[in-house]
Amino acid sequence: MKKLLLVLLLVCQGPAWAASASTWPMESFKGDLQNMPSLQNGFKLYANYCLGCHSLQFQRYERTADDLAIPHDIALKNLVFTGQKIGGLITNAMPRAASKDWFGASPPDLTMVTRVRSPEWVYNYLNTFYVDEDRPLGVNNKVFANVGMPNVLLELQGVQREVCAEGHCDHLAVDNGTGTMTTEEFKSATYDLTNFLYYVSEPSRLDRQRIGIYVLLFLIILGCFTYLLNREYWKDVGGH
Amino acid sequence: MEKTKPQESQSGTGLMNWIDARFPATETIEYHASKYYAPKNVNFWYYFGWLSMIVLIMQLLSGLWLTMNYVPSGAGAFASVEYIMRDVEYGWLIRYLHSTGASFFFIVVYAHMYRALAYGSYRGPRELLWLIGMAIFIALMAEGFLGYLLPWGNMSYWGAQVIVSLFGAIPVIGPDLMEWIRGDFLMSETTLNRFFALHVIALPLVLVMLVFVHIVALHHVGSNNPDGIEIKKNKDENGVPLDGIAFHPYITIHDIHATVVFLFIFCAVVFFAPEMGGYFLEKPNFEMADPLKTPDHIAPVWYYTPFYAMLRAATYPFLGLPAKFWGFVVMVGAIVIPAVLPWLDRSPVKSIRYKGRLSKAMLTMFVISFFILGYLGTQAPSKAGTIAAQICTAIYFAYFVLMPWYTRVEQTKPEPERVTG
Amino acid sequence: MSDGDVVRDASQEAGEAASSSRRYFLIQATSAVGAVGAVGAAWPFVMYWTPSAKARALGAPVRVDVSKLAPGEMLSPIVAWRGKPIFIVARDKATIDALKVDTAELADPDSVNPEQQPDFAANAWRSERPEIGVYLGICTHLGCSPKHVVSNNFEDTGQGGFFCPCHGSKFDLAGRVVKGVPAPDNLEVPPYRFESDSVIIIG
Repeated sequence: MKKLLLVLLLVCQGPAWAASASTWPMESFKGDLQNMPSLQNGFKLYANYCLGCHSLQFQRYERTADDLAIPHDIALKNLVFTGQKIGGLITNAMPRAASKDWFGASPPDLTMVTRVRSPEWVYNYLNTFYVDEDRPLGVNNKVFANVGMPNVLLELQGVQREVCAEGHCDHLAVDNGTGTMTTEEFKSATYDLTNFLYYVSEPSRLDRQRIGIYVLLFLIILGCFTYLLNREYWKDVGGH
Repeated sequence: MEKTKPQESQSGTGLMNWIDARFPATETIEYHASKYYAPKNVNFWYYFGWLSMIVLIMQLLSGLWLTMNYVPSGAGAFASVEYIMRDVEYGWLIRYLHSTGASFFFIVVYAHMYRALAYGSYRGPRELLWLIGMAIFIALMAEGFLGYLLPWGNMSYWGAQVIVSLFGAIPVIGPDLMEWIRGDFLMSETTLNRFFALHVIALPLVLVMLVFVHIVALHHVGSNNPDGIEIKKNKDENGVPLDGIAFHPYITIHDIHATVVFLFIFCAVVFFAPEMGGYFLEKPNFEMADPLKTPDHIAPVWYYTPFYAMLRAATYPFLGLPAKFWGFVVMVGAIVIPAVLPWLDRSPVKSIRYKGRLSKAMLTMFVISFFILGYLGTQAPSKAGTIAAQICTAIYFAYFVLMPWYTRVEQTKPEPERVTG
Repeated sequence: MSDGDVVRDASQEAGEAASSSRRYFLIQATSAVGAVGAVGAAWPFVMYWTPSAKARALGAPVRVDVSKLAPGEMLSPIVAWRGKPIFIVARDKATIDALKVDTAELADPDSVNPEQQPDFAANAWRSERPEIGVYLGICTHLGCSPKHVVSNNFEDTGQGGFFCPCHGSKFDLAGRVVKGVPAPDNLEVPPYRFESDSVIIIG
């Protein structure tokens, strides 16, 4: 038993790669795949602000629209800008080789970004761009230092700067009136965007959990029968 | 004419008679099930052999189904796994069954092996049974390693790169051997293709055949039990061991119930935590293999980490050979040394129940150090971690190397004549 | 003493009988529940073989422009729907009229078999509009793709039609099979609709 506890204790620490390299205090994020308005808004934001550079090449429009309760004609009109069919994969027209010249690295596909990093990481990443004149693009990021991506949500968020006190720059603040959204609205938008990516990383998650309940319930019932059967037969064996 | 007709037996149904005259069906069923007598005092630890077989069957089935949509090519492998996960009906389930099954295979096999260590199941007359089991274990490790490359994620790629590089530590032939294994100057599609062929055809065949032989050997010598005494010594007038019970129905019903409990735990993981916090499916593996970008931290999947930690624990050159080579030797040694156990154990008793304090202490320390090594193997290397790994490696080997000594000098308790509940 | 033994034996026997019927029930019940589980476990493995989202995306409806198709011709190159060849033929007035009368040699001139066409095509031309016919270019015998024969597919009337080179099955220009050939049924008519006079959506 002690051994078992020790193991549990050790396992709880998680593998080394689970630890974040950044020291930024991460805001927590809890995905909600039942929240259709949030997911739909996230999809819209993704199509408008991200898809130009970042594909979701393993995911199809049709599946996404169905899972997010978006009618196909509305999806085709508002979310598919590349002339693809509803059954097509969510790709973009960005040539990989050329994009490497433009940005120094090809913008990665984001289908599974929340599984490679974590939903928290993506959420905090989207929220922690700040002005840094030393960087080629004029911005830096608190959870992805020296990132080669501009803050594409700048028009929504506004200009965010570091607030330094006693040499520590562990706070960020937005210049008043520079963005079209308030801080709360922006956080809600990045929540939706992250929530959408959380869905895309594993679209069968809800199915999985729903079916899982039934499977476990069934096994409990079957287990009762096998238990009784086992007990009945082992009556024959002395000493038990 | 009558003489050429096969002999029909007198009992049983017509169809069964017809078959039995041409194939030893009833005889085989009796030999392996209804008239195979297992000790009646087998306990919890005796479920894991059966469960290993259940997991093997699940892996064969889910694996077979995965091959139907998997594409073993550098450009297509990663995408085909995501295709299975998203586009194929219930593909996600089959894939999670297989990935979770891999981890559970090692859980049940490690538990099965621990049982053998504790109750002395490797001792005579079961030496060969134990050796076949060791062969299964090594084949299973190879199977797991080969399969881990197939998703072609970044962890697959670099994990395989690291393990293949181990062979480079072998003096003289190392570098050429590495190229031969990869079929290229780096891990490439060529490597992927041969790993795929070995993973889906060669090793499954080897595993199934070894498991068959393992069971034949087991049923020839009979199962051991927690008391480590031979039930065949005490038989009734019909030659049935007094402490034996028929495998069927008693043990089969026992095992079926255990299977349901096992499936409950297994399905809980499959349906609610298939990544198991990054232990069963590692995060960097959701990114496609990139030969130019190593993940920040490379660790094999958890079931190899005890041996991986021992590999990293070798940090000193010795006899003019580099530490890298000794790491390889230590790792290979750690994997194969249990094979000689039958000839190391000099105790007059088999089971840990009747062995002395030294044996109990050594086994406990061995198990604890194995767990600690497993944990250390998942962590990034550190100075303290390396020292801890070196201590644990020493304990791991001491369990085996010192066994001829401590099993002989310690005071043992007398074995009972008959099994105890 | 001996009385006691008899009593014990009797109760033991009764107990064994109860136990054996209990066993029988438990075995039956466990097997039944287990069988449900086996079917449930097999289900995903069976469903795994059904067309995937990718296959369904590739099998989505196709748009075909028929504005350049002249009477008597078959659309070339042949378009594919769900990977199968689709024959689209344009018919002139004479052919349309002939299809109504030349039915003597045909096996199913009135398209009685409902499996072979949507309801709107159960007519003499086996099409929504008499002047355009849309057929699945797969012989109903063993799946070869028939050839379009412009004229003289039928010696006595001189009409064109479809001829399957594999086993010699013959169809008229409405895809109706003639009697006495290996093919049992008329060519299948896929589901389709006219988006406009010049564009057909198949599927």
